[in-house]
Amino acid sequence: MAFKDLFRSKPRYVTVDLSTKKKEIPEALWTKCPICGQMLYAKELANNLYICMKCSYHFRIDAKSRISQLVDEGTFIEFDAELQSKNPLNFKGYEEKLSKAQKVSGLKDAMISGEGMIYGRPAVIGVIDFNFMGGSMGSVVGEKVVRSIERSIEKELPLIIVSGGGGGARMQEGILSLMQMAKTSAAVARLSEARLLYISILTDPTMGGIFASFASLGDINIAEPGAVIGFAGPRVIEQTREKLPTGFQTAEFLLEHGMIDMVVHRKNLKKTLKKILEFHPKNHCVEDIDSHGLPSPNALK
Amino acid sequence: MPNSPFFLDFEKPLIEMEERIAALKKFTEEKNMDFSDEIARLEERACKLGEEIFGNLTRWQRVQLARHPKRPFALDYIKLIFHDFIELHGDRHFRDDPAIIGGIAGLDGRPVTVIGQQKGRDTKENIARNFGMPHPEGYRKALRLMKQADKFGRPIICIVDTPAAYPGIGAEERGQAIAIAENLKEMTKLSVPVIVVVTGEGGSGGALGIALGNVVLMLENSIYSVCPPESCAAIIWKDGTLAEKAAEELKLTAQDLLKFKVTDEIIKEPLGGAHRNYTETAVRIKEALLRHLQQLSEMTGEELVRERYNKFRNMGEFFEGEGGG
Ligand SMILES: [Zn+2]
Repeated sequence: MAFKDLFRSKPRYVTVDLSTKKKEIPEALWTKCPICGQMLYAKELANNLYICMKCSYHFRIDAKSRISQLVDEGTFIEFDAELQSKNPLNFKGYEEKLSKAQKVSGLKDAMISGEGMIYGRPAVIGVIDFNFMGGSMGSVVGEKVVRSIERSIEKELPLIIVSGGGGGARMQEGILSLMQMAKTSAAVARLSEARLLYISILTDPTMGGIFASFASLGDINIAEPGAVIGFAGPRVIEQTREKLPTGFQTAEFLLEHGMIDMVVHRKNLKKTLKKILEFHPKNHCVEDIDSHGLPSPNALK
Repeated sequence: MPNSPFFLDFEKPLIEMEERIAALKKFTEEKNMDFSDEIARLEERACKLGEEIFGNLTRWQRVQLARHPKRPFALDYIKLIFHDFIELHGDRHFRDDPAIIGGIAGLDGRPVTVIGQQKGRDTKENIARNFGMPHPEGYRKALRLMKQADKFGRPIICIVDTPAAYPGIGAEERGQAIAIAENLKEMTKLSVPVIVVVTGEGGSGGALGIALGNVVLMLENSIYSVCPPESCAAIIWKDGTLAEKAAEELKLTAQDLLKFKVTDEIIKEPLGGAHRNYTETAVRIKEALLRHLQQLSEMTGEELVRERYNKFRNMGEFFEGEGGG
């Protein structure tokens, strides 16, 4: 379908949006798919969970949209929303970058964390937002990850973290960002010792320090189709004069190499989480647990 | 010590003066003439000059010293600090990574496990050791040896000196990020003392992958950074040649890290840097290792795990509440 045809076929939406967002018509109404080039009508794209209607390309989505896609309506309670970054290194321009990112994203830092229900099952949920400085991990993201884990342990709830941070560790917080890798991984070890489920969802892009810490340590690692996931950036690797194989560092590539458990289409993500959660009953649904704290033989019935 | 003529720009005046002193001494012997006054005067000046240069190093100069090709590497330290080192190889899955060495050794008669990142001394060895940049199998070997140490109650000493974990296709295919993350997770559970010494370059996640210690020591001119100053400059100012400026911003020296409590103690280097006196540097590292090991040995396994966890749990700085900026 050509751009003009699509435009004409939905005149009502055009009028509505024109009145509210006059200046942003091209971006607000139409989005071009970076993979197949198709012009996509914004509302339709949103209704389609930001997946290209033509080629199934999964657009990056912000943390709030992600939460509304995964968590039962009206059940999400945000925690630690007041945490804000400092400039511990006095890194030139960091404060400006932070306030700009806060304006662009409407968030105080690159992660939203809280508790919510997934088909009626409670979980601690954290989502990293790419719109905030590339979803990079500084002290605030590290602390929020750890507090989410601590909350999981305290309430015996499963943990779900959706990572989509291209930047990995946040450079402007220097060594303290690097230490968040140690801090979050150490906390995952505690979660694991408490025998609590951790599902890590890797979305486009999950790189560097985020992937080299909590994001790769899920009991179950799930990736979205086509997501770029890796340790080093492709440009750095090209400097080693190695020719990159096709599909290098995509979710499918990682699946093939045994690094993740599955690639799940965004439309099936919430249902997949539900199924996995059902396999891991805990004390919050007492009838599923036998006297040893293990799932009863009837847990799935 | 290697005798290649390499030296850094700012080392030059001192090295030239030392050469003059050496020449004069040789001349004295050969010609049987007395230049002792002149020599004493020059030696005093050399000493002053050394203090001037090395008492006020910029962050970038420390980066250069940390990367000095003549700097002692892990195997040099192992030879000078430990006895009866037996190197153990392989990750039991893929191959032996020569960029990380490890094994069992004695430290003043006490059995320990030593693990270190190893750079090459010349081009040939550097290619074999991949310039000290480990692959996932290197981190997996390190973890295997750490778990072995845990099993047999041996303290673990990790020597950190790497530009980075290797950014290559094979490394990605075999899960570089996952290998590092697994190490971080598993190192928190070790019930034996873990002492880390950053001796040269603490290159980001590549360094951290063996650096989750109860105690983290740094040599005076070592660095430890979230990314190399060159990459930082390329990202922020789109100009990799501004590395000197980036080094200032990144606050990556041992002195900076002491303020952030990421390192517990700075080990002073001989005047001019570790490469000017391997033995003296090793003596100082050994003293610190024995002292910390003594303290850590008084703790139970549970305490060691808890203390190590708390140390890293509390890292980071942020505002909480409405008072924030
Ligand atoms: Zn498309």
